[in-house]
Amino acid sequence: MATADLSAPAPVAAPARPPAGPGLGSRLATTAGDALVTLGDWSAFAARAVSGTVTRHLKAGELVTACVTVGVNSLGVISITGLFIGMVLAVQAYNELHQVGLDTSLGAIIHMSVVRELGPVLTAVMLAGRVGSAMAAQLGTMRVTEQIDALACLGVDPVRFLATPRFLAAILMVPLLTVFADLMGLFGSTFICLRVYQIEPYHYWRHTQNFVGPWDVGVGLVKSVAFGGVVALIACHRGFHSRAGAEGVGRAATESFVASFVVILALDFVMAMFLNALTDALWPHTGVRMV
Amino acid sequence: MPDGDPTAPVPLTPAAAPGPPGPQPVLVAADAPAGPGEHPVIAVRGVSVRFGRQEVLRDLSFDVMPRQTVALIGESGSGKSVTLKLLVGLLRPTAGEVLFEGKPVHALPEKDLTALRLRVGFLFQGAALFDSLTVFDNVAFGIRAKGGVGEAEVAARVRDRLREVGLPENVERKVPAELSGGMKKRVGLARALALDPDVMLYDEPTTGLDPIMTDLINELILRTRRKRPIASIVVTHEMRTVQKTADRVVMLYPLARLGPGEPQVVYDGPTAGLATAADPRVRQFVEGDARERLAETE
Repeated sequence: MATADLSAPAPVAAPARPPAGPGLGSRLATTAGDALVTLGDWSAFAARAVSGTVTRHLKAGELVTACVTVGVNSLGVISITGLFIGMVLAVQAYNELHQVGLDTSLGAIIHMSVVRELGPVLTAVMLAGRVGSAMAAQLGTMRVTEQIDALACLGVDPVRFLATPRFLAAILMVPLLTVFADLMGLFGSTFICLRVYQIEPYHYWRHTQNFVGPWDVGVGLVKSVAFGGVVALIACHRGFHSRAGAEGVGRAATESFVASFVVILALDFVMAMFLNALTDALWPHTGVRMV
Repeated sequence: MPDGDPTAPVPLTPAAAPGPPGPQPVLVAADAPAGPGEHPVIAVRGVSVRFGRQEVLRDLSFDVMPRQTVALIGESGSGKSVTLKLLVGLLRPTAGEVLFEGKPVHALPEKDLTALRLRVGFLFQGAALFDSLTVFDNVAFGIRAKGGVGEAEVAARVRDRLREVGLPENVERKVPAELSGGMKKRVGLARALALDPDVMLYDEPTTGLDPIMTDLINELILRTRRKRPIASIVVTHEMRTVQKTADRVVMLYPLARLGPGEPQVVYDGPTAGLATAADPRVRQFVEGDARERLAETE
């Protein structure tokens, strides 16, 4: 190539006036296509990480470390969240129910809400913010510093080595954290109802006993397992696909939280529909659960 | 280049007649120890790589012969590191194929690909040491992952490799954050050598190091080759590294600066021919001459 050619404009340089951009329909189609590609890629990643739970690749040390990070280190923030949710629900619901003389039903309403919905959802959201973002940032940093490539070059499957223990830790620890959040929520709401609003304890507990049973606790725990697994897999996937630089890692952490939050809410809706239908199928006529 | 020691530095100013511009035929340097009839360890055949709409490599072809050290040089963004990652299956080519001992890397089943990777030592640009592990555990990582070796043997091999790269034993218990840039590179080299590879890939081994440490790393690359009959590829910008370590040089040019159909390999030949290459782009790179680029920006 002649020297003179080197001073010529690069052949890929953009034209001075770009042609009119694609229409809305075209952009929507592109966005939908990209979303489908990401979903497919995430599904393959998730399948690989989940399959790692039944192979010899799983290292006990990695699992214990992940369990400590996800579970033990999250206990404080989950406790505070559960406690305040219980207290806020009690404060908000008291006035309405007090006016119609249903004060003693507060326990049943609040405890049902906490055990079936707010406990699992808020625990998962807190985990997505506290642990999921950290996972995405940590793995993103490993990606941009080529540590993930180094793992592959040393004969280790990076997905199974890094994502599988985090996934497993999440599905083991999130239900335990949810139980803890539930208990703290019950404690907070009960403290406000019985100590502050002086609701009569016998009927408060009686209504709770009548309306909240092991089935409701089970529904909450099933949800928490699903939320925990999804949060971990989204966080790991985003981390593995982090772009270079501080901005890329930061973006991976943000994307991890946003995607996890949306998926938790969507999954909660789908599971609520399914589990309610299951309840109706199991106890079709009474409308009252037998457990 | 002297005939005696195949690892001796190659002067950059030989009296070679300038050849025609453009890529030159794939050569094994005159002093390269590859024997007649030997097949390439690595063969890159018409490889193209595209990330989304961005084309990074186009129709790239070159061979690496047994016991040969090839320097892959070129400006930033010319696709050198991408080429290295293609060789171990960390990236897939959009077109073409990479052959390792005649087998297409990207068609290998997972198990065979893992086995291939264990035969290749890779020194990453930033060393890519695992942050959470000590130096000892970093070097031992591959040995333990491969399995079949007791902890006593692991410890012996780790200490042997650390000695080989000139690191004292008291560095074993340190974590990467406590090491200087040069020490990290040496630990990365020890980790790459821990599995006794058949091929070594060095991705900018001296970037960011002071001149003394640069010379030390160059010397370690040479010693590695003296000690083992391995083929090596060194991706670098440093002409001192090229001069000291390479038998042959392949120079890539950024696609963004090439016209359609122009070959991306602008030089493929002995190290000795670099300074007198007919292609002005090669000479500009070797001499670090940016006048033309500066003129473009004005």
